[in-house]
Formats: sequence, structure tokens, C-alpha cells
Amino acid sequence: MKHTISVVVENKFGVLARIAGLFSARGYNISSLAVSETLDPATSCMTIVVEAEDERILEQIKKQLNKLVDVITVTDFTKKEHADRELMLVRINYTPKDKHALTGLLEKYSAKIVQHTSDSAIIEAAGGQQQIKQLLQGLEAFGIKELVRTGRIAMAY
Amino acid sequence: MTGAEILIESLRREGVEVIFGYPGGQVLPLFDTLYDADIRFILTRHEQAAAHAADAYSRATGKMGVCLATSGPGATNLTTGIATAYMDSIPMIAITGQVKTHLIGNDAFQEADVTGITRPITKHNYLVKDAKDLARIVREAFHVASTGRPGPVLIDIPVDVQQKDVEFVWPEEVAIRGYKPNYYGHPGQIKKAAKLIASCKKPVLYVGGGVVTSGAAGTLRELAEKMNAPVTWTLMGIGCFPSTHKLSLGMLGMHGTAYANHAIMESDLIIAVGARFDDRVTGRIDAFAPYAKVIHIDIDPSSISKNIKVHIPIVGDAKNVLGQLLEELTKVPETSDWLKTLEGWKKKSPLTYKAEGKLKPQYVIEQINEATGSEAIITTEVGQNQMWAAQWYTYSHPRTFLSSGGLGTMGFGFPAAMGAKVGCPERIVFDIAGDGSIQMNIQELATCVCNKIHVKVAILNNGYLGMVRQWQELFYKKRYSHTCISGPDFVKLAESYGAVGIRVTKKEEVRPAIEKAIATENTVFIDFHIEPEENVFPMVPAGEAINHMIEGLA
Repeated sequence: MKHTISVVVENKFGVLARIAGLFSARGYNISSLAVSETLDPATSCMTIVVEAEDERILEQIKKQLNKLVDVITVTDFTKKEHADRELMLVRINYTPKDKHALTGLLEKYSAKIVQHTSDSAIIEAAGGQQQIKQLLQGLEAFGIKELVRTGRIAMAY
Repeated sequence: MTGAEILIESLRREGVEVIFGYPGGQVLPLFDTLYDADIRFILTRHEQAAAHAADAYSRATGKMGVCLATSGPGATNLTTGIATAYMDSIPMIAITGQVKTHLIGNDAFQEADVTGITRPITKHNYLVKDAKDLARIVREAFHVASTGRPGPVLIDIPVDVQQKDVEFVWPEEVAIRGYKPNYYGHPGQIKKAAKLIASCKKPVLYVGGGVVTSGAAGTLRELAEKMNAPVTWTLMGIGCFPSTHKLSLGMLGMHGTAYANHAIMESDLIIAVGARFDDRVTGRIDAFAPYAKVIHIDIDPSSISKNIKVHIPIVGDAKNVLGQLLEELTKVPETSDWLKTLEGWKKKSPLTYKAEGKLKPQYVIEQINEATGSEAIITTEVGQNQMWAAQWYTYSHPRTFLSSGGLGTMGFGFPAAMGAKVGCPERIVFDIAGDGSIQMNIQELATCVCNKIHVKVAILNNGYLGMVRQWQELFYKKRYSHTCISGPDFVKLAESYGAVGIRVTKKEEVRPAIEKAIATENTVFIDFHIEPEENVFPMVPAGEAINHMIEGLA
């Protein structure tokens, strides 16, 4: 099962390597990772989506993260009400004749065209897991040529 | 002050009396400052030995061991020693030189990404980019290394930072917002534990290195006696409970006593203190302690419920938590039947060996035990020598058995003996070695002789890498693949370094040789030619439940 964990860390060089190293050394899988500065420029927030077979492994991951000296807080969103979002850019096959069909789909998911050429378009979309998944399914009809995703970020209610 | 002066002044303020190390190009400013400093410097003959010596200095004294090496190869040579300390939660400070800040990342001469390399084997590490940060970093490093679950901390200092002139500001306090170890057990958990203890019938105290670290041996003994509960320990826990005590079960696990392992398997309550349910202790994990509830006391939350399910976790310092438990415990369990059963097992299946035949390693250790009145500091290498030293010497005090438990580092024992002797010059220090392991850091003979660090080394010489050979004998049809190992003439070798060498081939020569070694004001190698194919028993084969022992309970 996938779990979203956010880790507030000291904003110093080498901290990302410590976190990544912890995951690889102990054989935990990172599905996605998003890192940026917080309101306080001395700290960064890392939102990590991890694959954990059971509760025990998830507990270990959190404990191991907490053990790092540069880690300030660890928040597990598994049992917390929260919002999570992800941003993606998708390049699809696109010609002006697709415009009508595409506009309908994009409106439904609050997505938009960032740029297009005579045969392709880049779509920008942000949303929750379900939304992103459904939009991607819809876009498959046009033919997806390239896909980039930021990974999930989350905030508790 | 220059960065180098700041470092030395900071070390002085942290109470450092001795540094083990080796010079090199990127620590020249540091060594120039050391030239006039009132800190003893011990020049080892290999950086790995400097790390082991610093580690053992910590283990033996409880004070901080410090090692120092240059950049690149100097630093990478330290890594085995750092990993050894890390696996056994030993506080240690490793200081390394680094190439100039503007050259970092340029593949400069003797450059290595040392903070990168040591990240998974240190509790924390620092690359100092500005001399102004140096005093604070040293202060933090000592704090992090010695508190919570201790461990090695590395400080990597570029040579230009060592040269830079800045104002010295000693921080009064350490403030690390992400680091706040928990020292006292949660009162609710203590209450629950006391309740469970009161109602149990077959308790076992299972104790490890955490008891040694926190200085909890006295409190442990009080609790054991109050509960009338037997005590078994891990390799790292040796010495934290007197092995001559009537409640002692000795060491448990792969080469533990049969009665300790059976006690665990029959127990209805295991109280684990500063121990981590390592695979060498538990054997087949799903068969471990099937009838027991588990109370686990540890300062490191990540040790709890890592390997086995724990019923009552208590996060805190062992000494504090045991004290809290003692206070809370008003009703004690009735254990006389349980102790009677254990007494029966002890009588039926004591640790034993066959005395006939060639010289036996167990006999050699018994003689060292007698000759030193059970009061020496024993260090070990890794393998059969380590297990025999654990089984056949009588330990009664913490910090008297120094061994690489977690990492299992061959070559640890000799430099460790050196570090222990520097820390405790009034004690007799014996390294119980094998002929394989001793050759891994044998160059330290020069360090010992040169610095008059008079340690005694008992080489249990069987011409084999004995433990691996034992496994090949038992599980690989006696196909002794590359475990037959030759060595030098250890007597001549010792003599060539200016040390003393004694060869022993017969039983009657054992005691006089040991007496002579103790009486000799020099480093002494005793080359004991022992039975080549003697095995360590009892033994739990890998992957078996711990009561399925070869030569176990009769």
C-alpha cells in the first residue's frame, strides 16, 4: 500500500542524500518525492510517497526518518484528513480538429493547454490521485507522447 | 585563531586527552597545532587501527575516543573502524582532512567524498565549509555522539578551513531542533510493565549493550534480585551482570548456553533491556520465544518492534527506566519453580569441552581467567576466538569485554586492546586472537612497542580461519575452501618489533607462559598451538530455532 509522508528537514546540503540513502539502505521503495523550501528558508519539506507492505514497515520508516539528526518533524497522512495534489505535464498528439473533444475533457479536470504545435500539445494539470488518473485515461484517446509528474504534495486539514 | 587551533581548543574543552591517528597532506595544519598541544597523540601504523583504538578507548572508559586521519585513503581506511563503532552504538569522533573547499568535487589528489561514504555508517557527519562553524560543529558532534543511542560522528575539515583565521566563539549550549532523545520511560507504560511482571511465572531478563552504555548494571542487578528473575545477555551485554551470580544464565543465541536458549523458549515474559533482537540472538525469528509476552526497553524507538512484536514498548535510558520499574514494582512474581527448572538445566547441560587430545583453546582461556583473577579487560578478534572468549572467561563488570559484535570485524582485537590499555593503563589487557584475525592489524606491534602500550595477545593458532572452517565442516561436507591459512613465526615477528614472543604447544606450558606475559613490561604475543579442528559448541545452525542446538541440552 502507498503512504504519503511529509518530512520537514534542515535546509542544508546533503540532507536529501541522507533521506534517499536511508530508503535505499533499508530497502524501502520511494514512489515519488517532492522537495522544496518552506515558509522558513532554513527548512525544507519533503513529501515522500512510499510503498509499505504492512503497518510494521511503515512504522520503521517513520522511526528511521525521525532518527536522522537533520529531520525536524515527520507527518504520516495515512490516517489524517488531508489534501494531496500533484502537477503533471503531458505531451499528446493534437491537431486543430481535436480541439472540441480536448477542450471538453480539459474543462472537466481544470486542465489547460500550455503550448501547442501543428501536431502536438502540452497539457498542464494539477489534482488529486483520482483526477490525474482519470484525465490520463481520457488523454490516451489522443495518444500520449511524453509525461512528466512532480510527485504528490500534501497538507493536513 | 586558525581553524586548526579552534579544533584543538574545542577538543580540549570537550575533555579529550588522547587522539589516535595518522598524518597526511590535508591535515598538516592540524598536526602543526598538535605539535604544541597538551593532547597525547598516538601514531598508529594504519588508520583502521586508529579507529578501532579510539572505539575501544570509548568502550573501556566511557570517555570519548577520537581518531584523526587525512583525506582520501586516510579517511577510507577509517571506515571499517567507523562502521564497527556504528553497529555497536559506540560514541566516537572521527576527524578527517579534506582537500581545499574550492577543489571539492574536482577529483583532486587524495580527494574522496568522505561525508558521502560515511553517511550510512555514522550517527551524523559534518563537512565544515567555514571555520566560523567549527567550534559549534565540534560541540554538536560530541553531543550527538554521546547522547541518546550513541554512535560515531565524523567531521570532515578542508585544509583551507584549518588554515583560516577567525574569532573563536565557544557555544555555551547545543541546540539541534531535530534531535531530542527521550530519557525517561512513559509512566503509563511503566505501570503496565509492572503489572505484567507481577503476574508472570517464567520471566527472563534479556540484556544487551544498552545496559553497559547507560551504566545500568547496578540497577539491573537490583531489579533481577527483587524479581528473583534469571538474566541472560547478548555478546554486547557481557559484563553487565556478574556471570557468577546465581541468577545468571550466561550468553544466549547462536553460541549461547543451552539453558539460556531454553529459558527464552519456555519463558512467559521477556524483559529486553538495551538489546535489539539481533538474528544471532533470535535464530529462526518466527519460532522465537513462542509463549512470551515482551517488554522492550530501549532508548532508540526504531529498535523496538523492528524484528519481533513487542507488547509493552518503553522508550528511554536503560538506567532510568529500570529505576522507574523498581519503584513501581510493589508485587513481585513467584519464580521459585522456574528457577528450580533452570537449575536442573544448568546441571544437566553446562558449557563443556573435551579436555583430552591436543591443547584446547577453552583451557587456554580458563587459564588466562585464573591468572588474571577474572579482572582483566579482554578484547577479541572475530570468529571462534571471540566465542570462546565470550564463553570461557568469567566477566563480572561492564566494559571488560570489548568485541566487535554487530559488524564482526576481524582485526579489531589488537588495536582495541591498545585503545583500552591507553584508557586504563593500570589494567591488564588481553587480546584473545586467532591466527587469521591477528594478521589483519599486526602492524600495530610497532605502535605498542614505540608507545610502551603493554598489551598481551593470546593467539589461538589453529592454522585455520576457524569459524568459517567449522561451518564448512558442519554444512559444506568438510570442503575446506580457502580456510587453511598460514602465518609468520609469531615469536620471531614479535621479537623483530621489539616485543616479546612466547610459543606454547603443551598444556603444562600454558600457565607459565601467561604468568610470564603478565609479568613482562612489554607487549607480549603468546602463540598457542591449539587443536586445529576444535569447534565452538553449543551451536544453533543458521535459520534454526534457538533451542535446536548442536551439542545443546542433553
